[in-house]
Amino acid sequence: MKKLLLLFLVTVIGIVFIARLFYLQISTDSYKQKAVENAQKVIYDYPERGFIYDRDGELMVGNQVAYDIMVTPREVKEFDTLALCKLLKIDTTRLLNQLNKAKSWSTRKPSVIIPQLTQEEYAPVQEQLRKYKGFFVRRRSLRKYLVDHSASVLGYIREVNTSKIKKDPYYDLGDLAGKSGIELQYEDTLRGIKGKKIYRRDVYGRELESYENGKYDIETVAGSDLTVTLDNDLQAYGELLMKNKRGGIVAIQPKTGEILSLITAPNYDPSILMGRDRSKNINAILRDTIRIPDFNRALQAQYAPGSPFKVLNALVGLEEGVIRPNEKLRCNHGYDYGGRKPLGCHYHRSPLGMELGIAESCNSYFAQVYRRIIEKESSPTAGMNNWNKHISSFGLGDYLGYDLPVGRAGRIPDGEFYNNNYKFKWYAPTTISNAIGQGEVEATPIQLANMTAAIANRGYFYTPHIIKKINGKPITEENYTTKRYTTISPEHFEPVIEGMSEVYKSGTAKYSQIPGIEICGKTGTVENKMRIDGKTKQLTDHSVFIAFAPKDDPQIAIAVFVENGYWGSRYAAKIASLMIEKHIKGEITRTDLEQYLLTHSLEYEYAKPYSGEEFLINEAVDRGLITEENKHIYAPDNGLLK
Amino acid sequence: MRIGDKPKYDFYTIFIFLGLITIGWLAIYSSVNVETYSSIWDMNVEYGKQFIWIALALLLIVIILAIEPKFYERFAGVIYVVSMLSLLGLFVFGKEISGARSWYSFGSVGLQPSEFAKFATALAVAKYLSQLNVTLKNKKHLLIVGGIILLPPLLIIPQPDPGSALVYSAFFFTLYREGLSLWFLTLGLLAVGLFVGALAIGPILVSISVLVVVVVMYLLSRKRKHKKRLAPPRKWLYIITAFLAIGYTFSTQFVFENVLSDRHRNRIDIILGRVEDNKGIGYNLNQSLITIGHGGWTGTGLLKGSQTQGGYVPEQHTDFVFTAIAEELGFVGASAVVLLFMALIYRLVIMAERQRNQFARVYGYGVAGIFTIHFFVNIGMVLGLLPTVGIPLPFVSYGGSGLWGFTVLLFVFVKLDAHRMSYDH
Repeated sequence: MKKLLLLFLVTVIGIVFIARLFYLQISTDSYKQKAVENAQKVIYDYPERGFIYDRDGELMVGNQVAYDIMVTPREVKEFDTLALCKLLKIDTTRLLNQLNKAKSWSTRKPSVIIPQLTQEEYAPVQEQLRKYKGFFVRRRSLRKYLVDHSASVLGYIREVNTSKIKKDPYYDLGDLAGKSGIELQYEDTLRGIKGKKIYRRDVYGRELESYENGKYDIETVAGSDLTVTLDNDLQAYGELLMKNKRGGIVAIQPKTGEILSLITAPNYDPSILMGRDRSKNINAILRDTIRIPDFNRALQAQYAPGSPFKVLNALVGLEEGVIRPNEKLRCNHGYDYGGRKPLGCHYHRSPLGMELGIAESCNSYFAQVYRRIIEKESSPTAGMNNWNKHISSFGLGDYLGYDLPVGRAGRIPDGEFYNNNYKFKWYAPTTISNAIGQGEVEATPIQLANMTAAIANRGYFYTPHIIKKINGKPITEENYTTKRYTTISPEHFEPVIEGMSEVYKSGTAKYSQIPGIEICGKTGTVENKMRIDGKTKQLTDHSVFIAFAPKDDPQIAIAVFVENGYWGSRYAAKIASLMIEKHIKGEITRTDLEQYLLTHSLEYEYAKPYSGEEFLINEAVDRGLITEENKHIYAPDNGLLK
Repeated sequence: MRIGDKPKYDFYTIFIFLGLITIGWLAIYSSVNVETYSSIWDMNVEYGKQFIWIALALLLIVIILAIEPKFYERFAGVIYVVSMLSLLGLFVFGKEISGARSWYSFGSVGLQPSEFAKFATALAVAKYLSQLNVTLKNKKHLLIVGGIILLPPLLIIPQPDPGSALVYSAFFFTLYREGLSLWFLTLGLLAVGLFVGALAIGPILVSISVLVVVVVMYLLSRKRKHKKRLAPPRKWLYIITAFLAIGYTFSTQFVFENVLSDRHRNRIDIILGRVEDNKGIGYNLNQSLITIGHGGWTGTGLLKGSQTQGGYVPEQHTDFVFTAIAEELGFVGASAVVLLFMALIYRLVIMAERQRNQFARVYGYGVAGIFTIHFFVNIGMVLGLLPTVGIPLPFVSYGGSGLWGFTVLLFVFVKLDAHRMSYDH
């Protein structure tokens, strides 16, 4: 017995050890996986993001080097906290917080202490940082904006969030990706493909040699440069005109469908979304629920189109043969369609044919045309559906299919729509508001601009798009290079275009004429209702205008929408005319119009619903002029917003 | 030595020794990042140095085998005294390396006297117990033997080097073989069991278990009342035992929480799964397990283990050398090392039992016990079965003092064994 104790114990120990070895080495895989994770070091090679040029080849967005201040906690030696804080311009608690965060993430791996310093911010740090062991700098490529406009259409890039990483395994934590606008739409094209090299590594993260002979490596693919269809000068000018107003402008080249200009106001300088305040600034913009700068009015402002819609009804009327261009209809300051109250109209010449009907924007005229269109068919539903078919062919009532990430479908009702919505039997007069672009029809500015382009082209359009060239090569995408025809025969456009031309000559926009350019346009005044404190309240009307020019060789089709801009000719027509002149002549001769827009503000109008007091709408007196006394309301310093 | 008497060396032992030395050197070579260095013979790196130590150890073996066996018995006392003085001298002349004052430094060469103290103690215990009138039944003699064994750990613990001190528990096997009651072992195991149990499930649950066991044992013993040759159950004995056990449980718990330093407490906590910490203190152990697990059946091949080559396991060439073997030679290689150690200890016990004189037998048991403790504690720690205690794996871990200490320890016994037929008392 005494001789056996040690032998017995050693046998037991040996068996236990071998069993344990069997468990660790053979029966479980978890340790093997961890060993594989340990052994790989992945080094990414980030290609430079593609540049963005305007249609004339002017650089809008390039890249700049940015610097992240990094730390590897285990390498940090004792240091003068105060001096470092002063150098990095942060307070002590923030530095210590960041250090603790880094430590708890990993003592061996580097963490970001301060992200994205610009060249200027980094310069003073550069020399000094070497003194602090464990701290170092990582270079990164960030966006550099060479323009101070077009922020919302260009979009911005931001570090990807975890849900994006889950959706697209291409991204890793800390990667940058387009978050809105062109940056988001053309993310794949702009970013290229980041290269990936996997090394075997040791415990300190030093790479040894290529892992499995580079079997899992990925080649870097450079980002592609984009040339967009925007015109730099037009963008800048449009934003200037929209100062102290809210709304959107969309200009399209009818011959190609290229978006010449896409403006939303209020707007901001895109470069505020770079640098060390970027998070603060982005949040400020996203959280501004009063001015809503994040809301791209050119693409997302879905309202009743108002009078510009009349020209479509004229076209449909001609196509359906329910009216002849020179057939005169009467207007008795309104049209009694049998409702409680006749559809009102302002004072103008009467009776009138189509040309004047458009020029004077006569409600009665179009109510009668509309009624004839609907009543031509055997039932209101059939008439409505037929009307819908024609209107929809102009790209209204559905997403247009342009290459920007936001938008609204708009709405063009059909027979079904009213059958579902009205419990009682309905007839053409029930939906009479559609005749004048109020009621159930809704559209966005880009849809109106596209509709205008289709009229300018006498019956077809190209899907509006913002991409022109990729890496210098013009795009060939079928979607953007094939004509989409409307249901209206080309010959019916001429009388309507004559009418739109008359709008400038003798009609509602005669004070916005541009010498030397024959412009065709149509004003619009859109009723504006808003829910305030649970009650629907009517506010000052929106100002809408569509136009194209020159009449016989259209180079630009434009839609302007100004919130609370009173009536079509007061703001929108002026802006449209100036934009057209800027685009065609390259200079401004109607400096009086320009002067009016630069010195007039609608901010007082936007402040009304928030004043808490009773207020007047659609005031007859123009009180928009900015003076020294009213500057604080009329041209307020909006901080980030221009 | 009588004229014409030819020594019979035990070649099993020598082969096992050579096998372990070879595996050890390969593991050291692999675990020291070889890509940075070009030559195998580079004397600035551990595997180069170890090569020298091995060469010198072989020379040492020749010397040991050349010396007459009687020398060791005669000078056992002197060797023990010198060894104890060398341990004492550390307090004055010792060099502090990574927090422990365990080394004498001669230029670039360090010497760790505690590695030789095991040999000296084994000799001294053997010498004392082999005296004619000494018996462990005698309380005074037991105390003296206890003193001889406990003196070196008392000198080693304050260095501090609790791992090396732990090795002296090996002499329990020697004393047990020479007649010490098994009660001592039972008591020892009970003490450890209660301590660990208290940490794992809390002192209150342990106390309840103790009470239950005592009550059951008491009731069982009462059943045998009618058997006259057994003493009647002594109620008070059970009650006192229970109270002592519970008192001990609570007091060690108190010591653990309040007296032990964080370093040691953490290690025990991690083994017991009381805390999980893969980045800090538990990093060694976690990486150790990953490295072993990565080996699979036959390992990654020498110099191909990503964990070993990447330097993930701290102290891999010393205390954690077994992980390098397990990763690069796999389950087969690691089991082979375990089997080699088992074989070595079996062989040593067999050799000890065949000795004709008590000195050689006691010494042999000392050697076997010391190897057993090193084997058990080192591999047990690396496999995550025991707390992290820094003691080397004999003949395999890097270190000149350790290698020499174990070589002397083993080959003195090989020498004694070789002359067992002619060398009697």
